[in-house]
Amino acid sequence: MIYKAIVFLPLIGFLIAGLFGRSIGAKASEYVTSGLMIVAAVLSWIVFFNVALAHGEAGEVIKVPVMRWIQSGGIDVEWAFRVDTLTAVMFVVVNTVSTLVHVYSIGYMHHDPHRPRFFAYLSLFTFAMLMLITSDNLAQMFFGWEGVGLASYLLIGFWYKKPSASAAAMKAFIVNRVGDFGFVLGIAGVFVLFGSISFETIFAAAATYLPAAGSPEASQAVVNIFGMSLDKANAVTVVCLLLFMGAMGKSAQFLLHTWLPDAMEGPTPVSALIHAATMVTAGVFLVARMSPIFELSPNALLVVTIIGAITAFFAATVGLVQNDIKRVIAYSTCSQLGYMFVALGLGAYGAAIFHLFTHAFFKALLFLGAGSVIHAVDGEQDMRYMGGLRKHIPVTFWMMTIGTLALTGVGIPGTMIGFAGFFSKDVIIESAYSSHSPAAGFAFTLLVIAALFTSFYSWRLAFLTFFGRPRASADVMHHVHESPMVMLAPLYILAAGAVVAGVLFEGYFFGHEYAEFWKGALFTLPENKILEEFHHVPVLVAWSPFIAMAVGFVTAWYFYIKSPSTPRRLAASQKVLYEFLLNKWYFDELYDFLFVRSAKALGRFLWKKGDVGVIDTYGPNGVAARVVDVTNRVVKLQSGYLYHYAFAMLIGIAALVTWMMLGSSI
Amino acid sequence: MTDWPILSTVTFLPLVGVLLLLLTREDGPYGRRNILNVSLFTTVFTFIVSLFIWIGFDNSNAGFQMVEKHNWLGTGISYHLGVDGISMLFVILTTFLMPFCVLASWTSVEKRLKEYMIAFLLLEVVMTGVFVSLDVVLFYVFFEATLIPMFVIIGVWGGKDRVYASYKFFLYTLLGSVLMMLAIMAMYWQAGTTDITELLKYGFPAGMQTWLWLACFAAFSVKMPMWPVHTWLPDAHVQAPTAGSVILAGVMLKLGGYGMIRFSLAMFPIASEHFAPLVFSLSVIAIIYTSLVAMMQDDIKKLIAYSSVAHMGYVTMGIFAANVQGLQGAIFQMLSHGIVSGALFLCVGVVYDRLHTREIAAYGGLVNNMPKYAVAFMIFTMANVGLPGTSGFIGEFLTIIGVFRVNTWVALFAATGVILSASYALWLYRRVIFGALEKESLKALLDLSGREKLILYPLIAITIFYGFYPAPIFDATAASVDLVVNNYSAALAAAKTLALNAH
Repeated sequence: MIYKAIVFLPLIGFLIAGLFGRSIGAKASEYVTSGLMIVAAVLSWIVFFNVALAHGEAGEVIKVPVMRWIQSGGIDVEWAFRVDTLTAVMFVVVNTVSTLVHVYSIGYMHHDPHRPRFFAYLSLFTFAMLMLITSDNLAQMFFGWEGVGLASYLLIGFWYKKPSASAAAMKAFIVNRVGDFGFVLGIAGVFVLFGSISFETIFAAAATYLPAAGSPEASQAVVNIFGMSLDKANAVTVVCLLLFMGAMGKSAQFLLHTWLPDAMEGPTPVSALIHAATMVTAGVFLVARMSPIFELSPNALLVVTIIGAITAFFAATVGLVQNDIKRVIAYSTCSQLGYMFVALGLGAYGAAIFHLFTHAFFKALLFLGAGSVIHAVDGEQDMRYMGGLRKHIPVTFWMMTIGTLALTGVGIPGTMIGFAGFFSKDVIIESAYSSHSPAAGFAFTLLVIAALFTSFYSWRLAFLTFFGRPRASADVMHHVHESPMVMLAPLYILAAGAVVAGVLFEGYFFGHEYAEFWKGALFTLPENKILEEFHHVPVLVAWSPFIAMAVGFVTAWYFYIKSPSTPRRLAASQKVLYEFLLNKWYFDELYDFLFVRSAKALGRFLWKKGDVGVIDTYGPNGVAARVVDVTNRVVKLQSGYLYHYAFAMLIGIAALVTWMMLGSSI
Repeated sequence: MTDWPILSTVTFLPLVGVLLLLLTREDGPYGRRNILNVSLFTTVFTFIVSLFIWIGFDNSNAGFQMVEKHNWLGTGISYHLGVDGISMLFVILTTFLMPFCVLASWTSVEKRLKEYMIAFLLLEVVMTGVFVSLDVVLFYVFFEATLIPMFVIIGVWGGKDRVYASYKFFLYTLLGSVLMMLAIMAMYWQAGTTDITELLKYGFPAGMQTWLWLACFAAFSVKMPMWPVHTWLPDAHVQAPTAGSVILAGVMLKLGGYGMIRFSLAMFPIASEHFAPLVFSLSVIAIIYTSLVAMMQDDIKKLIAYSSVAHMGYVTMGIFAANVQGLQGAIFQMLSHGIVSGALFLCVGVVYDRLHTREIAAYGGLVNNMPKYAVAFMIFTMANVGLPGTSGFIGEFLTIIGVFRVNTWVALFAATGVILSASYALWLYRRVIFGALEKESLKALLDLSGREKLILYPLIAITIFYGFYPAPIFDATAASVDLVVNNYSAALAAAKTLALNAH
């Protein structure tokens, strides 16, 4: 019952605000949706304590059936909730952040005339996300997956009068669909390999799926996918890669990342909820949930590691030079998601979820803080027109600073002193060093560099916004004001999380209480020993993230406090590199050329040349011309082809009947 | 209940409405209203009666139910009706969509309303007839007869290029009908019966199946329509009045799919397996090609028409995957598409009635003054895109899974439709609905009227309901689909052993 309440309360909120928002008014819509979310969040924490932190058997799963869904031959799925520790963790993340964002939005969206619609969408998003994380089969997960995509589309395009917002919304949906293309095929592949798309059956079958090495079955081709005859091990690799393609789309990984920065067109609370803390982590959740089959495929995990590492590095480089405050944080999110995928690829699923958990707090904090800044400077998002805001909005400043400290991973290695990001990020970097994966060295190097860049762009953001001389117009500076309590209170809570989430939970997520905490929700093969090994890294490795962080900080301090003219000179001297980064490695231009324009040209060609030029000319029009010739010569019936047709049909039927009568009489 | 000839009743009930309409005068002060009321009452009543077919339907029975059989002229041809899990829901779909067509024509048809309504009621008779016929000749008569009222509807009440459109329609169909007629004659000649139930059991020799299959395929693929014989559809849709488009997309395209399941797959299994690669190729081309073409259209109706062709690609692919998922997915996709594309054409009708243009460029920013319309259009757009939670998802999902089991390449190409459909549908939505309201001509437009709400809201409810709870449809179709699939595999297995023994 409690599980149904958690999932369906946001749905009720959506329906009330969506259907009756206009009649009950904006205030009521806000209070109803936020109130229901608060209840859901409290219940989520109760579940977290009861499921994750309580003692229990390994492999213990709570299953809550709701309703029948699709039954067709071997496909037999129903609407049902599967609650284990992984779900409980996600419950807490999703509902906590969502509740805070709901409350925050009451202040942030204060002037917007469409508040009922906004809150309805937020609640719809939360419902879809909860369906995703509680799913008991791949089809329901896909429902949630697409549901959050829809909500994201609606919220990015919330200000529909702005053409850029509509364009960004569309881009987000379509790029996500590229990932879904892989996801759907992956689901079909899972069905072919395991005979089911319900997790319970898949996981049970996965345990005995791989034949023993050396047995004749091991090299026997079992299935043909895309022209390749695959044995069992390779088949599962292909399926995992297809599923991972879905994860890449939703989590904005390298090559499918282009939608995330544009998604910042949406209102800032949306960016905090969807594009930082929850939806974009769905890909991480997917891989963690499917860990029983990903574990079977070292090659698929290798790809996950490489893509994750490239994303972490790539997004961090772009983040270095962006001027829009939200875009910097967006690229940071992209980069941090890369860290999580590296952890997944190394088999350190617990570390990935741990980083997901802490990241949700500090990234939502940063976004909401940025929202508070934007709110203060009258909607300006360009950091070149900020500066010197520290004294005007001190609370926001301190909250943002806590978020920055957490994101950059400030803490003292070897001790239990540090912000949330310190624990989760260091765990991933150390795992990368100690892993036996062929990509471990590659991942470790890129992650450390990315940590340096993270520190640089985070402090750059802080210095540009809060320090130095004010660069905004006097008019704007005159109106700068601290946000109301309804916006600051969520910041306090998130800041508390950003400080303590790491130290409190490290032992559970990826430490001594690992087995007791996860209870088999994350599957690892017996050979996978990364949980013990990551502790035994050289001191220098353990200190490397700290050093990177410190170097980044000092550089940023030098560039933007000590000698503010340096960045401009550097950009001028390294113009090509600067432009390359500023234009995000030219991915948008490349994709526009490769896919958008070519698809349009092809569509037009097929229409004008294919349909009209070939099929119609040689088909009906050609025939018609002959027919007209003939009919002109023979006789002109009254007007239309209808008569011809009816006549022809009548004759035909008459002929048929006559023929049959003759036939039967013979 | 069992003795009552319910199928005949449902099929011919609209004729009562026709009779009443013939007695109504159009020019009197209440003439117009009377005609509309009679038509609406007839179609609603027919729908309610047709629900009793579903209520009385035995889900566990895979064979034909509610059978009526009367010999006719002692020719071997009989008046033989019946439904099974495959056809039953199409009957309901037909009767369900009819009242919406009447409502959609409430104000938009200005001339010759009486004849218009008569044409629609006759169309309902013959369409229902196709689905309930259990005799090939009867089937053929109904199948071909559907074209006559549709011709009239496009030719008389259509747009300005209506002659060209009906022309094309005619030429394409002619070829198919002639070949199908020959096939029917050949089948009778070979099997000695025109009874579909007998023909299903007959088992045609393999060599003959090829020719019969090709002949039937010609007729059905035009109706579907499949690439490359699809070009009549966009023109027919563009010229047809709104209600005509609804029926065209909602029911008439399904005649082709229904025929493929009933004839091609069930009667000619060996040929079906032989030709499956051809069908797969055409389906995949249809999905990719017409989606790309749809993207570049500047006429709203044409865009939706092309997207219909793409969606029918999933249907043909699913049917010839010839497994439970493929077939059930195809049936579900047809039913869902009937509702969703019908609803999309109704949505176009809403703005067409106001502005009398279908140019995408003439619109923009409608969300500002038509928020309810924007929501309805959004829901159907998402259903068209195949978003889970709408009925559009389930058919697409199952057909992709079904075909993946048979041929992964086909599944791969078909799945690109997931991306392409989002591209054209969302782009259309953005250009029509989003943006600021800047065009002067649009500023005075009013949101949905009461009648339009009455049309669109029930369709929204159905679309979402079957997205979340499709079980009633699967329950009804499961037994018959299993039977078709089992017979198909049994026939193939038998043919294989035969071939082995011969060597």
